[in-house]
Amino acid sequence: MSMSRLEEKAKKAADKKAALGTDVDIESYDSEPEEFGEIEALEMLPEDVQTAALSAGVSLSGESAGDYFQVDQSAVHRVSSVEGVEVMEIGAALKKHSYLEDYFWKLVPIDADKFTADVGMHPPAGYFIRAKPGTKTVFPLKTCLFMGGKNKRQRVHNVVIAEEGSELHIITGCTTPSHAGRGLHLGVSEVYVKKNAHVTFTMVHNWGEDIEVRPRGASLVEAGGSISENYITLTPVKSLQAFPTANLVGEGAVASFNTIMYARRGKIDIGNQTILAAPKASAESIARVVSTGGEIINRGRMVGKVPDIRAHVECVGLILTEKGRIYSIPELDGWCGGLDMSHEAAVGKISQVELEYLMARGLSTDEATSVIVRGFLDVEIKGLPPALKEEIQKITKLEEIHGGS
Amino acid sequence: MLQFEDTWVSIGDKQVLKGVNMRVGEGETHALFGPNGCGKTTLLSTIAGIPRYVVDRGTISFKGVDITKMPMYERAQLGIGIAFQHPPTIRGLRVLDMIRLCNPKANARKILADLDFTEFADREVNRGFSGGEVKRSEMVQLLAQEPDFVMLDEPDSGVDLENIKVIGRAINTLTQKDLKPSARTKSGVIITHFGHILDYMATDKAHVMIEGTIVCSGGPREILEQIKANGYEGCAACLCPV
Repeated sequence: MSMSRLEEKAKKAADKKAALGTDVDIESYDSEPEEFGEIEALEMLPEDVQTAALSAGVSLSGESAGDYFQVDQSAVHRVSSVEGVEVMEIGAALKKHSYLEDYFWKLVPIDADKFTADVGMHPPAGYFIRAKPGTKTVFPLKTCLFMGGKNKRQRVHNVVIAEEGSELHIITGCTTPSHAGRGLHLGVSEVYVKKNAHVTFTMVHNWGEDIEVRPRGASLVEAGGSISENYITLTPVKSLQAFPTANLVGEGAVASFNTIMYARRGKIDIGNQTILAAPKASAESIARVVSTGGEIINRGRMVGKVPDIRAHVECVGLILTEKGRIYSIPELDGWCGGLDMSHEAAVGKISQVELEYLMARGLSTDEATSVIVRGFLDVEIKGLPPALKEEIQKITKLEEIHGGS
Repeated sequence: MLQFEDTWVSIGDKQVLKGVNMRVGEGETHALFGPNGCGKTTLLSTIAGIPRYVVDRGTISFKGVDITKMPMYERAQLGIGIAFQHPPTIRGLRVLDMIRLCNPKANARKILADLDFTEFADREVNRGFSGGEVKRSEMVQLLAQEPDFVMLDEPDSGVDLENIKVIGRAINTLTQKDLKPSARTKSGVIITHFGHILDYMATDKAHVMIEGTIVCSGGPREILEQIKANGYEGCAACLCPV
């Protein structure tokens, strides 16, 4: 589809409300971006920007397979440290690689809702990451989407392609400086996992309390390939709604979603769905959510289209305060015989027996609660390289994660 | 060290302990026998301060302090330690981290090695542990905590002979049985059904509890022989003074 055709479709959807989540008045956010110049090294970023990145799990020092840093709509830094891995700004990539048209807006419909439409009607900004066939990265690619200005509308469109037999680990930190006011982040991510390729895609949202966030993501996994998608939000946000889709189209394709949410305030409507459309495909969606006053809707959906697939959803939530809401919605949709889908859902409080066990060892009620909550959020994410695992563990161990108060 | 004076304890609306009198002196380790449901575990849980065990009457004092209403963790900080019979799994908490929580200064490596538990350092506490592993995990935590008063709820149930030896050795360490009696300052209470563990650890005194009261106290060997010969019915019939 030509670019002008796409834009036309987008325009038609400009007022189309999203199927899920609270509505957002897009026009109340500034459309015109401020330009930011390129920098040679991430160490040159102002200290508060580096701190914000770090709190979203992106340490700018240490080994990485590549970096991408975007401030509002400007890609201020991008580099690949591994031969065979391309890291580009999506606009430049579209100009350079005509084949990219076959991937751009092919997994996420441009007219899905007004948020995708808004991204589609403006010049694209975001990353393009491609691993050539057989290229395997050991260290994570670190990317950061940073909203610097006040009352800004950040639009991001990322495309990731892991070619046959390749391996990519991407961590994306989405963040604002601590003093940021209101803002709207719209992010489209399309991830292609070719035959026998493996991708881990981790998104850490660390926004300010007055930011509205609407990511739109989808992935396509071919035979023998796997994707592990991890979504982590531990700091308050005004509203966040996301429901990414994994399409398993090749035999033995695997999807694994891990969602970790901690809401003190605000409204979070998070979830994911996997379409299992090839034999021997398997999927797992694990969500651990904690509310200490915020509202979390937690969705896990599996759609089994063919026999001989396996899928499991686990939505477990803890409400630690008197107020707070967790709405767990596991959904299993089987379209034929010979498939195997299951779910486990629970919403509750911290087990008194566990608290007493730790208190018998000398921990106060608050200390014991915080140990249990941290442990609850410490989901074992399979297939992560140790460096990325360490980053995630650091985030879930942040001091601000505690129970009760 | 620890003293019960006419202590009555209920769980919900059920009266479980009915006037317990008991004294454990400094450096002493006592064994507690009794049929299922007689209140042995309730006694230990009450000492530990688990909130649902409510003291209706009487007092418990520890080191001369009235702990009857003291919160659980303060009792632990004061030196009371307990090995649970059926401890819960703590998701996401590794054994090594648990040791550090019990006591940041503990020599974790040595404790784990002594209990042949080194390979469990990175496992989640109690997750998928066998009976013997649960018991060893409890001993590891107590050795780190170094309580002055240690309570063991059936450390030998569901445990093979090899594990009983290891656990017995750990209990002797906890209760300072390697020191001469006059030098010992640590005390303990152990619940055991069959007394197997008593072959591997030293006890100074034993009590028999029936229906929420202590009906008999004396030398551990003698009492165990009596129970083996006459059953708890024999104990109930006996009128030896507490």
